[in-house]
Amino acid sequence: MDWQAIRLSLWLAALTTVVLLLLGLPLAYWLAFSRRRWKFLVEAVVAMPLVLPPTVLGFYLLMAMGPRSPLGRAWEGLFGSTLPFSFEGLLIASVLYSLPFMIQPLAAAFASVDRGLIEASWCLGESRLRTFLRVIAPLSWAGILTGVVLSFAHTLGEFGVVLMVGGNLPGRTRTVSIAIYDQVQAMDYAPAARTAALLLGVSFLVLTFTYALRRHQRKPWTLI
Amino acid sequence: MDAHLNADGPHLLANAERHYRGGPTVEARFEIPRPGFSVTVLFGPSGSGKTTALRLLAGLERADRGSIRFDGATWSHATEGIHRPPQGRDLGFLPQAYALFPHLSVAGNLGYGLAALDAHARTARIGELVGLLDLKGLEQRHPGELSGGQQQRVALGRALARKPALLLLDEPLSALDRPSQVRLRKELRDLLRTLDIPTVLVTHDRAEALQLGDRLVVMDQGRVCQCGDIQQVFDRPTDPAVARILGVETVVRGRIEAIVGGMATIAVGAARLFAADPGGLGWEVFVCIRGEDVAVERGAGPGSGSTARNRLPARITALNPEGSLVRISLDCGFPLESLVTRQACVDLGLTEGDQVCAILKAAAVHLIPHD
Repeated sequence: MDWQAIRLSLWLAALTTVVLLLLGLPLAYWLAFSRRRWKFLVEAVVAMPLVLPPTVLGFYLLMAMGPRSPLGRAWEGLFGSTLPFSFEGLLIASVLYSLPFMIQPLAAAFASVDRGLIEASWCLGESRLRTFLRVIAPLSWAGILTGVVLSFAHTLGEFGVVLMVGGNLPGRTRTVSIAIYDQVQAMDYAPAARTAALLLGVSFLVLTFTYALRRHQRKPWTLI
Repeated sequence: MDAHLNADGPHLLANAERHYRGGPTVEARFEIPRPGFSVTVLFGPSGSGKTTALRLLAGLERADRGSIRFDGATWSHATEGIHRPPQGRDLGFLPQAYALFPHLSVAGNLGYGLAALDAHARTARIGELVGLLDLKGLEQRHPGELSGGQQQRVALGRALARKPALLLLDEPLSALDRPSQVRLRKELRDLLRTLDIPTVLVTHDRAEALQLGDRLVVMDQGRVCQCGDIQQVFDRPTDPAVARILGVETVVRGRIEAIVGGMATIAVGAARLFAADPGGLGWEVFVCIRGEDVAVERGAGPGSGSTARNRLPARITALNPEGSLVRISLDCGFPLESLVTRQACVDLGLTEGDQVCAILKAAAVHLIPHD
């Protein structure tokens, strides 16, 4: 088995989940509570990675990160390296690719918190931020957990975007799914089978754990 | 602004409106004249805008016309773009369904608004509230493990925790069963008097309004129809809509003279009434009598062959036909309304100024304590 690829995939998935959580909490809060008329536009953009072929997303990301794009030039000016085919580029791509898997469970959980509880907190003198920390977030733990698990698992299994943006550099951008693909291409079925079984097992365990934790939730629920 | 700058104005002056697109306009237009204990009741049928009016006071709805001033400070002023959020209004709010935090214990709920206090002071205050609201032994329970009455007390305690300057109660008793409601009305009024906080209370229950209120604000279809001292509003509804909302009953203040063997004797104006003792009475009561329960007889002599305990000499002050019925306004030492059939009225040949006898059973005299 390609342990280097497995380590890289786990590290990428963990970092992606952390970044998504930091981005996702305020964005999902805004989506859950904003009354802006153009909110639906943001919702549509956030959901895009659900329906877009990964190659299409990967293609545009590659264009956006390239040395001729403003982002690519700015990155090169700041860090002296290029984004495409780097771990950092892969991280940015993963965050965008898994965005709906974090945002949608969070926004759904926030929106289902009884409005009366939020107002009660305001009337007891607590600010919006403190109300979020003391009422909305604790009551949304199941949605937050779902978002974290789905983002992690989804990043672990991504293939198309990685191939487009990251390429296949051992130790830098070769993830576990790419490794399986390589092994199959080389007719090297035995390690491919072991790696695939490992991914299957990890995915199953993670989801079982999540469902088990949530089994006492009153509402029947869907993952997204 | 300083409180004393407004010393001559009313303590609370609300004159604000909220428009709903394609829907009604709801107004909060009333005042609380003085600081200290008083209960202002927002009363009206469901959908009349009572709750929205209360939410305007709380700052949970933004007024788009008019202003709200409390204790010399401007809470809301539409044209000047002032809207103080609920956090800045120093109020205690008891929402209709209580909205207790389900993830916190009773102690956690009571202490929720006390984040500014240090741990010691917070624990002390929670202890006070537990004693005040009789929640001993329940501190570590969660809201889901409490009865309706206990939840109500926790919600009230949470609203009182920060010693607010104004208390807003939205249907505080309506989620409880009937016997608890009746029992808790007295407790609630006693408690509010002890705390000496001005209170605005929303209810659609007339008995609750009468027992708890000092001032009545009658609302219908988003509008404030009438506002004033509770007895005054019941005595002199400004228009038929208010009278309809208040109901057909005669409502007068009375004073208990004696209670013997389950029968209460009440002095009402210049007259004396007998009523069944509902229990829990103080000295002051509201006497409620439905027009349908009042019969009218010729002659004022003492009756013999009747079970009716109340026979009151009365003079007819007005006769108003209402469909197949006639509403007879009587003066029997206090104003009393009787509703009889048109035929009965013709058979007896009743006219204005006639001396008659108003008859009502003791069981038809409903007493609501109001101390």
